[in-house]
Amino acid sequence: MSELTLFLIRVAYLAILWIFVLSAISVIRSDMFGARVPEAARGADAARKEKRGSAKHPPKRRGSPTHVVVTEGSNVGTRAELEHAPILIGRGSDAGIKLDDDYVSTRHARIAASGDQWFVEDLGSTNGTYIGTVRITQPTTITLGTQVRIGKTILELRK
Amino acid sequence: MSQAGFVMGFVHRRRRGAELFLLVLALAVGIGAYAAVGVGVEGEVPADIVGYGAGLAALALIAHVVVRMVAPYADPVLLPVVTALNGLGLAVIHRLDLVYADNPLKPHGLPHKQLTWMTLGVILFVATLVLLRDHRVLTRFTYTSGLGAILLLLLPLVPGIGDTINGAKIWISVGPFSFQPGEVSKLLLVVAFAGYLVLHRDALALAGRRVAGIDLPRGRDLGPILAMWLVSLGILVFQRDLGSSLLFFGLFLVMLYVATERAGWLVVGALLFFGGATMAYQLFGHVQTRVNIWLHPMTYFNNQDGPDSGQLVESLFGMAWGGLIGRGFGGGSPERVPFAESDFIISAIGEELGLTGVIAVILCYGLIVERALRAALICRDGFGKLMATGLAAIFALQVFVVIGGVTRLIPLTGLTTPFLSYGGSSLVANWVIAAVLLRISDQARRPVPDLSTGDDDDGADQQATQLIKMGGGSRP
Repeated sequence: MSELTLFLIRVAYLAILWIFVLSAISVIRSDMFGARVPEAARGADAARKEKRGSAKHPPKRRGSPTHVVVTEGSNVGTRAELEHAPILIGRGSDAGIKLDDDYVSTRHARIAASGDQWFVEDLGSTNGTYIGTVRITQPTTITLGTQVRIGKTILELRK
Repeated sequence: MSQAGFVMGFVHRRRRGAELFLLVLALAVGIGAYAAVGVGVEGEVPADIVGYGAGLAALALIAHVVVRMVAPYADPVLLPVVTALNGLGLAVIHRLDLVYADNPLKPHGLPHKQLTWMTLGVILFVATLVLLRDHRVLTRFTYTSGLGAILLLLLPLVPGIGDTINGAKIWISVGPFSFQPGEVSKLLLVVAFAGYLVLHRDALALAGRRVAGIDLPRGRDLGPILAMWLVSLGILVFQRDLGSSLLFFGLFLVMLYVATERAGWLVVGALLFFGGATMAYQLFGHVQTRVNIWLHPMTYFNNQDGPDSGQLVESLFGMAWGGLIGRGFGGGSPERVPFAESDFIISAIGEELGLTGVIAVILCYGLIVERALRAALICRDGFGKLMATGLAAIFALQVFVVIGGVTRLIPLTGLTTPFLSYGGSSLVANWVIAAVLLRISDQARRPVPDLSTGDDDDGADQQATQLIKMGGGSRP
């Protein structure tokens, strides 16, 4: 094997190694700028929500919640239909569930859906939103009967 | 509306085609290295190149198909990078094995063993992806895995099964198999730390007072960090394993910092680390030897009576001889460095592929760490974020410690180079870690959080029944 062949093999192998590294980087680059909301999916999603909003009988599983109700606190019994999701909870007049609780912020939390899941999301309230004893820091899944504590008020999803 | 928007601003593409493309290139890196070794050392393309290439390609394809099926949104770069590093490592080990064959003192049959370990690694990679459909179930095992990690770390100290190899008590031997339990405990520790910190981050982050511009933590919150410090010191003292000790403490510190966003922890941790390191230097001969060899390698070169720096100096010679583009496979003599196939594999690469090759390898590790941190950034739950960060920190620290040691940036400590080095426990554990990272990134990149897994078939039936009933229009 001549010296030149060995040299060429050496350089060729280094080239392969670097082509691999650079391709990986270019995939990362296209991944970074290629992450868009696909138009079709967005349209379908909107259409589905539209249907859910307009049709009175949305296709839901049995056992899926239909409304939020206040179970403890000064506004016991206040309820909001989940059809109007996302539901804003707070002391403000624009809130879907308006609470007269001094420990509740004006725009305190929000309940919203994603697929079949319901989420509660804290909107930067002063006193926080709790599930059980845990203060939530990000959108958190809730199911039927999960007790969401806001100030002195407890809400839950009901059928 | 904001329903999807508040969870995710955009939708990631699946990118499985890009992964396949990169995987083909990664196989070219692995198989090309094998062919180049054959040409360079024996003067001809090895006869079994087709069989070897097919085996490697089959392993990579199995991994790819499984990712396509069970983790379709997973990161497209991780698997190819891991495959390329593993393939390159196999070729370098094969190259060393060819020259070891003439020397009765050196180990034999390494490439076959390593290939077997790689197969086992891919099997466990597949098993992890198939069984672990949601990384959040691991929160249940927070304390179990913490206990498991500590038990595994203590296992080599048990007389009978514990084994001392090259001065470090980090091996267990059961029958013909020897295993390094510390490698598995890396993953368990990350799970334990992530589970613990995600629950206690508020107490750790918010309480404390401010001294000289730095938020110092409360005394009573120092418990876990002190415990981890003691465990690290214990590994250092009883198992004489500098590298693992550094790795575990560094890992805990990084995760604590990420969980609490407080620089105060880093100050406390760095003080504890330097305190412990100074103490270890004063108390233990082997630490002193390591530091002295690091500072004055030439003084100890060919030292007949006492510590010998031959390994480090030979590796430096090798890297200098390799220069910018290396001597080519078969053109250098990496076998002069003891343990060139495990701890010092980067010096073999530096000698035969040169600085250009070493930079490519380090960039590959950089890519793994970047992808892991990216998964942590876009992950939706705190536990996944912390776990991905911890796994990234493990790779980063381990590569820094071992390559830094070999290139005489820091004192030499014994650790394996992930995916490259010869060593079954390390290779298998790292494949499992790669699987967990893919799972986290799959969860993070999915467009909608699809959390329900178990009752899908059941639910579909109920849904159909419900639809007919609702069609009747009897709704309150």
